[in-house]
Amino acid sequence: MNDVTRRRFLKVGIGATASMVGTGLIAQAMGAQQETPTPTGDEYNEHGAHNNMSEMLMGTVDHERNGFDPMQMLVDWDWGTVSTDSNGRTVREYQVSAGDIEIEIAPGIFFPAWAFNARVPGPSIRCNEGDYLKIHFSNYGTHPHTMHFHGFHTAEMDGVPHVGRGEILPGEDFTYEFDADPFGCHLYHCHATPLKRHIHKGMYGSFIIDPKAGRPPAREFMMIMNAFDTNFDGGNEIYAVNTVGHEFMQRPIPVKVGELIRIYLINIVEFDLINSFHLHANFFDYYDTGTSLQPTLRLVDTIMQAQGQRGILEFHFRWPGKYMFHAHVSEFAELGWMGFFNAVQPEDYASALAEAGLDEEWDRKGMQGGQTV
Amino acid sequence: MSTQTTTATTPKGLSGSVWLLALIPLLLLGVVLTYLVVTGGGLSDLSGPPVEQITIQRITLPEPGIIRVEVINDGPETITIPQIQVDDAYFGFTADPSNTLPRLGSAVFTIPYPWVQDETHRIALVSGLGMLFVGEVTAAVETPSPSLNLFTRFGLIGLYVGVVPVFLGVLWYPFMRQLGSKAMNFILSLTVGLLVYLAIGTWLDANEFAAALPAFFQGVPLVIFIALISLGILLAVGSVQKDSESTPLGLAYRIALGIGLHNLGEGLAIGAAFALGQAALGTFLILGFTLHNITEGVGITAPIVRHNPGLKHFALLILLAGGPAILGTWVGGFAFNPVLATIFLAIGVGAILQVVWEVGKLVARDSARLNMPLLNWVNFSGVVVGVAIMYFTAFMVKF
Repeated sequence: MNDVTRRRFLKVGIGATASMVGTGLIAQAMGAQQETPTPTGDEYNEHGAHNNMSEMLMGTVDHERNGFDPMQMLVDWDWGTVSTDSNGRTVREYQVSAGDIEIEIAPGIFFPAWAFNARVPGPSIRCNEGDYLKIHFSNYGTHPHTMHFHGFHTAEMDGVPHVGRGEILPGEDFTYEFDADPFGCHLYHCHATPLKRHIHKGMYGSFIIDPKAGRPPAREFMMIMNAFDTNFDGGNEIYAVNTVGHEFMQRPIPVKVGELIRIYLINIVEFDLINSFHLHANFFDYYDTGTSLQPTLRLVDTIMQAQGQRGILEFHFRWPGKYMFHAHVSEFAELGWMGFFNAVQPEDYASALAEAGLDEEWDRKGMQGGQTV
Repeated sequence: MSTQTTTATTPKGLSGSVWLLALIPLLLLGVVLTYLVVTGGGLSDLSGPPVEQITIQRITLPEPGIIRVEVINDGPETITIPQIQVDDAYFGFTADPSNTLPRLGSAVFTIPYPWVQDETHRIALVSGLGMLFVGEVTAAVETPSPSLNLFTRFGLIGLYVGVVPVFLGVLWYPFMRQLGSKAMNFILSLTVGLLVYLAIGTWLDANEFAAALPAFFQGVPLVIFIALISLGILLAVGSVQKDSESTPLGLAYRIALGIGLHNLGEGLAIGAAFALGQAALGTFLILGFTLHNITEGVGITAPIVRHNPGLKHFALLILLAGGPAILGTWVGGFAFNPVLATIFLAIGVGAILQVVWEVGKLVARDSARLNMPLLNWVNFSGVVVGVAIMYFTAFMVKF
C-alpha cells in the first residue's frame, strides 16, 4: 500500500460534529441489525477500565509488532562498527536505512511513519569525540530522504537538498563522513523537502558524542520528545518520549536511589513552539546541548526546549518511590507525554527490573552507554 | 426467446416458468456479487485507503463525573475507537456493546470525566488511524432524568408556547364575524402569509435536523420527498370530493394539523434545548413563542367565519394545533430522536403547503365574487402583513 496517499480520503470524516440532540431509538434500531462485534480487549469493558488509571491512554501497545520498545530505546546505543585507520584513529561505521513503516504510537492508534532502521526514533548513534564517522545511508523508502547531522562537517556532508549529493532518491545510497565534533548531545534528522512532513513522520534520532575526558559514571537514558499528527491537520494528537504515549506511566523506569542518572534529552516535536521537561520531587543540573562539562543551569526542575534544542540532565533520587516526569505543557502531558521513574533501594533493584519486564542486559546497557568504564 | 413471446401473449396469469424468467437476472446478480466479493473482480489494486466515518448522535451527562456519547457508524467499513480525548486529554472509557462498530452499528461510550457545570467540553473519539470525531457540550448541565415534576414543567412549557397562544388567537373569532367581505379577504390573505412563513420556517428546521442525521439517511432528499408525498396525499384527498368544495371546517382542521406539526417541531427544539442546558433565556424564550404563535389562532378560524361549528370543534381545533407543542417538549426533553423529528417536520412542510393552496383558492374565489383581481392591494397587503407579523415576533425567539 502506498503510504503517501493512504489517508488522502480520510478527511471526509474529520469535523463530523455532533448534533447536540440525538437519539436513543436509532441506536437501538441499528443495534438490532449489527453483527456480533469482535471484542477488542478486556480494557474496554467494565472490569478492565477499573484496573487502569482512568486519566490516560487505555490499553497497551504491541512493541513486538512495532519492532521496537520505548523502554529498550532508553539504553539502546549504536556504537557502530569500530576499526582503526592508518593513523591509528578510531573509525566508526553505521548502517542506516530509510523506509516506510506503520507503527502503533498509542494503544490501537496506528501511524504511517517514515523511519530510519524501521524504528522511531531512529538508531541512537553514539561515539567518542574525535572519532571518524562513516554513516552508510540507503533509501528504501518511497520518497527522497537525507540524513542531516547537527555537528561540525563540510557542506557536502550536511544532508540538505541541492548541496553535495542533496536528496538521496529511493533505491539510492550515500555515505556521510565527518569527525565526531563537538562532544555533546546532538541529533540527526531527514532534511528532505517538505522538511516539516519528513520530520513529523518520524525521521530523527539522537547523535551523542562523548567528551574525551568522559563523564562521571551514571545510569544513562536517551529520551527524544516527539509527537504525531495522526489526522494531518497541522496539530499533534499523541505526544511522548520515544514515540509511545503514556508508555512510562504503565511501565515506570526502574532506577536506584542515590545513583547518578543522566538523561540525553532532545526535543523534535513539530508544530508546537516549545516543549519542556519537568521532574517531580527533585532538581537537576542541566548541560545545554551537552557541549560543556560544566552545567549551564544548576538546581532546576523544569527546562524548556524549542524544536531541535537538546541537553543533558543529571540528578539522583533521595528516596524510594514513584516520581513523575512530564512536559510542563499540561496539554502534552495529558496527550501522552508523561511517565514515572520507579526509584528503589539498590537491594530491591532486581525485583524492580523484573516488575518492568526488564533483564540485567537492560541494566548493563544503561550504565555509561553499555561501554565498560 | 420464442417461449417468451408465446407466454407473453397468453392472457391468463403468469405461469411458474415465467416467474423463473424474472428470477434469471437476480440469480445472475447473485453470481456477479459473489464473484466480486470472492475475487475482488480484478479491481483489488483500485481499493483505496480505509474510510472511517462515524456520527455522534447524542452526548449526555447522566450524573456528575460521567459523560456518555452515543455513536453510529455511518461509514462504509467497520471502525474501532481505541482512545477518547476529552478537552485534549486522553481518558479511559467503557464501550457498550463494543468499541468496534460494524457498518450501521452503534455504541455507547461512557467516560468518567469530572465535567464542570455550565462550561464547555469537547469530546474527540480517536479512530485506529488517528482520525478525530468531535462532539461538543456547549454548556454542561446534568441531563434531566424523567421525573413527574419535570414532566409537569415540560408540559407547562408546551402549554404556554402552543395551546395558550392558539386559544387567544381563536378569541378573535367573534370580532372576525363582524367583518365585511373585503376585510375577511384581508384576514384570509394574512393567513396565507403566516402559513407561508411557517412553511419556510418548518422547512429550515427540518433541514437542520436532517443535517445531523447519519449519512445513509440522506437527510435533505428525505425531507424533500416526505414533504412532497404528504403534499400529494393531502391534495389527492382534497380532490376526491370533487363537486362539493372541501368544507370550511375540514379546511380549518387541515390548517390546524399543519400548524400542529409546526408546533411539534417548536416543542422538540425547546425540550431539547432545556435538556442540554441551552435554554438560559427560558422564560423570555417562552414569552416570545407565545407572542409569535398568537396569529395561528386567526389562521385556523379564518375559513369558518361564516359557519360557527360550535364549541366542541373549537376546542378540538385548539388542541390539534397547540397540543403537539406539549408532546414535542416532552419528547425533546426526554427522548429526542432526530429521525422522527425530521420526518414529522417534513410532513408539516407538506401539510402547510397544502393549506396555503386551499386558503389561496378561498381567497381567489372570494375575490372573484367581489369582482376583484386575485392580486389586489387588499390581498397583497394581507399576505405581507401576515409574513411581517411572524417575522418580527420571531425576533424574540431567534438567537
